[in-house]
Amino acid sequence: MNTYKTDVAVIGSGAAGLAAAIEVKKAGLEVLLLERGIELGGILMQCIHNGFGIKEFDKELTGPEYAQLFIDQVNQLQIPYKLDTMVIEIAFDNKLYAVNKNEGLIEIIPKAIILAMGCRERTRGAINVPGFRPAGIFTAGQVQRFVNIEGYLPGKTIVILGSGDIGMIMARRLTWEGCKVKAVVEIQPYVSGLLRNEVQCLEDYNIPLITSYTVTKIHGKDRLKGVTIEAVTKDYDRIIGTERFIECDALLLSVGLIPENELTRDAGAEISSMGGPVINNNLETTLEGVFACGNVLQVHDLVDLVTAEAKRAGKNAVDYINTRYKKKLKTIQSICLFPGNNVNYVKPDNISLSENIHDIIINLRVKNPDRRVQINIKDDTNRIIYKKKKSYVIPSEMIELNIKINEIDLNPNCNGLIIEVIPLLEPLIE
Amino acid sequence: MLSSEIYDIIIIGGGVIGCNIARALSKYNLKICLLEKNADIAMGTTKANSGVIHAGYSAERQYIKRNLCIRGNKLYTQAAKELNFPFKRIGSFVVAFEVEEIKLLEELRKKGIEDGVLDLELILDKQKILKMEPHLSEDVIGVLHAPSAGIVSPYEMTFALAENAAINGVKFFRNQEVIKIDHSEYTFKITTPRNEFKCSNLINCAGLYSAKISKMLGLDYFDITPRKGEYILFDRNSIQLNKILFPTQTKLSKGILVCPTFHGNAFVGPNAQNINDLEDTSTTTAGLKEILEGARKLVPNLPLRASIQNFAGLRAVSNTYDFIIDNTEIYGFINVAGILSPGLTSSFAIAEKVIDILELLGVELKLKDNYNPYRPKPERFTDFSKKQLEKKIKEDSSWGRIICRCEKISEREILNAIQAPVGATTLDGVKFRCRAGMGRCQAGFCRPRVMEILSNELNIPYQAITKKGEDTNILIAKTKDLLLTQLLEKGNLK
Repeated sequence: MNTYKTDVAVIGSGAAGLAAAIEVKKAGLEVLLLERGIELGGILMQCIHNGFGIKEFDKELTGPEYAQLFIDQVNQLQIPYKLDTMVIEIAFDNKLYAVNKNEGLIEIIPKAIILAMGCRERTRGAINVPGFRPAGIFTAGQVQRFVNIEGYLPGKTIVILGSGDIGMIMARRLTWEGCKVKAVVEIQPYVSGLLRNEVQCLEDYNIPLITSYTVTKIHGKDRLKGVTIEAVTKDYDRIIGTERFIECDALLLSVGLIPENELTRDAGAEISSMGGPVINNNLETTLEGVFACGNVLQVHDLVDLVTAEAKRAGKNAVDYINTRYKKKLKTIQSICLFPGNNVNYVKPDNISLSENIHDIIINLRVKNPDRRVQINIKDDTNRIIYKKKKSYVIPSEMIELNIKINEIDLNPNCNGLIIEVIPLLEPLIE
Repeated sequence: MLSSEIYDIIIIGGGVIGCNIARALSKYNLKICLLEKNADIAMGTTKANSGVIHAGYSAERQYIKRNLCIRGNKLYTQAAKELNFPFKRIGSFVVAFEVEEIKLLEELRKKGIEDGVLDLELILDKQKILKMEPHLSEDVIGVLHAPSAGIVSPYEMTFALAENAAINGVKFFRNQEVIKIDHSEYTFKITTPRNEFKCSNLINCAGLYSAKISKMLGLDYFDITPRKGEYILFDRNSIQLNKILFPTQTKLSKGILVCPTFHGNAFVGPNAQNINDLEDTSTTTAGLKEILEGARKLVPNLPLRASIQNFAGLRAVSNTYDFIIDNTEIYGFINVAGILSPGLTSSFAIAEKVIDILELLGVELKLKDNYNPYRPKPERFTDFSKKQLEKKIKEDSSWGRIICRCEKISEREILNAIQAPVGATTLDGVKFRCRAGMGRCQAGFCRPRVMEILSNELNIPYQAITKKGEDTNILIAKTKDLLLTQLLEKGNLK
C-alpha cells in the first residue's frame, strides 16, 4: 500500500479545496489535494454561466474560468494532487484512507486535514412530494451536468420547483436550448436565490415565477406527464381550491443544498443541525486538526465567499501545525454561540479564545425576511456585547459580521452567547 | 423470434413468487422459462412492500396462508444460507397501549403457540421493553415479542432466486407482457407483443394481473383488487431500530409499522386503501400524513428531516381473502394468486405447494445431477477489510473507483449487477441490485456515471438508457437538437 506523508491533506478540489491548498503551499507547507472527480475544479466546471469572481477578482467570470485561475496556481506552485481518488475514511490520528484505480488503497498521513467536499442537492424524497415516480424528475444541478457536460436535454417542457440559484440559472439555460420553461414554483412568498438571478434568468426571459405555491402531485407512471401545483399558507398548509395542473415532461428541483457529511460524521466529528460540522472560529471541527470550509461547512451565496473562507481555513491549518501541533497544545476551552430570534443558524458554533485571535468572523442566516433590524450578540447575563443595524435581511443572503475582539466586552468565562435579529423600533438613519 | 421450443413449464410473472417457484423447479430435469411484463423482474409488488418475515401468529386460522406462513418462516434460514440474500431475524413487537390490547396479544400468543410458533413471548415489563427498543413510545404497556420474525430485502432476495434459477437452466424473458393464451389438449400457446411461447404446464404468478391471466383461459372464478400501501423511507443511520414494530392489528392490514431495513435505513408504512387502478402506485398527501401519524404513535421521535423517498406498493387482494394456489380445471394450468401479506414469508412454502400440484398432475420431477442450490453472496466494497480491498483492487481495478458516493458503491459492483444472470438493464435495475443511487442524494451525482457504464456494457446509446424500461428514458435529446428542429420548422435555417 502506498503511503504519503504531508503537512495538510485537502479533501475535494472545488472552489474551497483549491483555495485552501494554495494558501497552505504559499505559507511554505506541503499539501496534497484529493479529488474524486476526473478533473480539478469540482462543480464549478459545470457552471458555465458568468457572475463568478466579482468580489475576489473584480471580474465577471464563468465557473470554469474562475476555477482555472486557481488550477493554474496549483500547477505553478507544483501542488501534488490525485484525481479519481475517493477518501473512504478519516481514521484515528487523522490518518486518511483513499482508493483509486491505479494505486488501489492508499494511506495518507497528514498533520492537518481540510474538509472541502462541498454539498448535495435536496431531493424529492427529502421534501416528500407525493405522486408517481416516473422518469423526468431531476435535481437542478444534475440537469446542469447533463446539459453542460454530457450534452443532453432532460425534456422539452419544464417546470422548476424551488427558486434556488441553480434552478433559475437552469431555467435560462434550458430556454436557450429551445425548451419551454413553463414556471418556476416557489413555496415561500419570496425568491430563495439571488435577486440578480431572478432578474437575469427569469424576468429577462418572461419565465413565470409562481410564489407561495408548491408541487403537490407528480403525474405519469412511466414518463412525467405533468405536476399539480397548489397555493400554500405561510405555514405551508395547502389552500383548498387552488390546484392547477401544469403539463411538463421534466421537473427540476432546486429546493436547497445540504453539506455533504458522511466522511465527517463517520470520523466522529459533531454535526450541527444544518448538516455541516460543528466548528469554532478557526473553522476547526470537533476533531483536533480537522478544518472545514466551503459548502461542506455551510452553503454559501457566492463562490467568492467560499474562496475567502477556504483561505482562512488554509491559514488556520498552517497556524495549527506551527503552534499547537508542534507544541502538542490542546484546544482552548470555548464559548458556545447559539441562534436566537429570527436566526436560522450561526457559524461558528463556538468561539475559542487564544491570545493570537484578533478577529472573529461570524456568518448567519435569518429565518424570515425583515426590514430595519438590529443584530445583537448577548452573553449569559443578557448583556448586549455587540450590535449592528441593517436596513434589511433576507434568508437568501448570508450575513457576515467581522468582529474585532478588542472592541467588544467579552467575558472569557461566560457560558454562551446568543445572536439575535430583532426589529428596530425607531426609524433607521444610516 | 418465433420459438418452436415447447417448455415443460412456463411461469408468468417475475415477482418473488414466480422467481421462487422458478428456482424451486430448477432442481428438476425440466425445461422452464419465466415471462415478465416489465423491463426487469421484482419491479411490482415485490419491490414495494414491508420486507417483513412474519412469525406466523397473525393470519386467521381458517386460511391456508396461516400454515404456509409458519412453514415459510422456517424455510428462510436454509434459503438465506444457500442464496445469500440480506436476511436477519431481528424479532418483532406487537405493541399494546391499552389493557384491552393486552388481552388480544395474549390470544394471539396462545393461538401462535398451538400452531407451532413456540417462542412467542408476552412482555409486560415496560423497562425491559424500552431497553429492547429504546425508540418505542413511553406509553407502551406491553408487547408480544416474536423473536423469529425477520427482515429481508425482498427485491435482492428475488434477484438471488432468479440468478440461481438461471444458472440452473431456467430462461428469463423480460419485456414480455402476455396478451393472449390459447390452449389445446396438451399445450398452451402464450402470445406477447414480441414473441410466442409454448408449454405443457402454465403457472400464473402474475400478481395484480393474475385474475386477468386466468380470464384469458376462461377461468373467471376470482377477482383481484389492488390495495395500496404507502411508505416513507428514512436515511441510513438516522434512527437505529432494533425491532419490527407493529401496532395491535386492524382488520384490513397489520397496521402501520415502523421498521428497520437490512441496510440500516428505517421506514414507516403501509396504510391500506382499496383502489381500482392496477397501476396506481402514486403516493398521496393524505396517505403520507396518515402513515406518519400512525407511526408516531409507536415511535414519537421519527427523523422527519432524514426522509429520502416515499413510495407505494399495491397488494393483490383476492375476493376469497386467502391465497389461491389451485390446480385448475384446465389441465396443466395452475393459479398462484391473491398472494398478499404474509406472501413474502410464505413464498418458499408456496413453491413447495406448487411442486406438490405438479406431482399430482403427473409432471415427471426428476432431480438434476448438476443442480447447484448456491448463489454466492454479492461482493460489496463496504464489506471488505482494508487488506481485502487492497488485494481486490490489485486484481481488478474497477473496485478502486467509487461511483455512488452515498452508499460507497464501486464500479465493479455496478458491472456485477449488469453482468449477473438476469442482470440489470435499467437504472432502477442497477439501483435495486447494488444500491447505487439508493442513498440520500438519490442518484444526483452517480446517475450520469451509471448511465455511462450501462451504455458501454449493453452497447446502447447513452440517450437510450431508461429508468425502468420503455417510455422511461432519462434524456430526450442532445443539446441543440431542439433548437435545430425549431429553426427548421420556422424555415430560418438553410
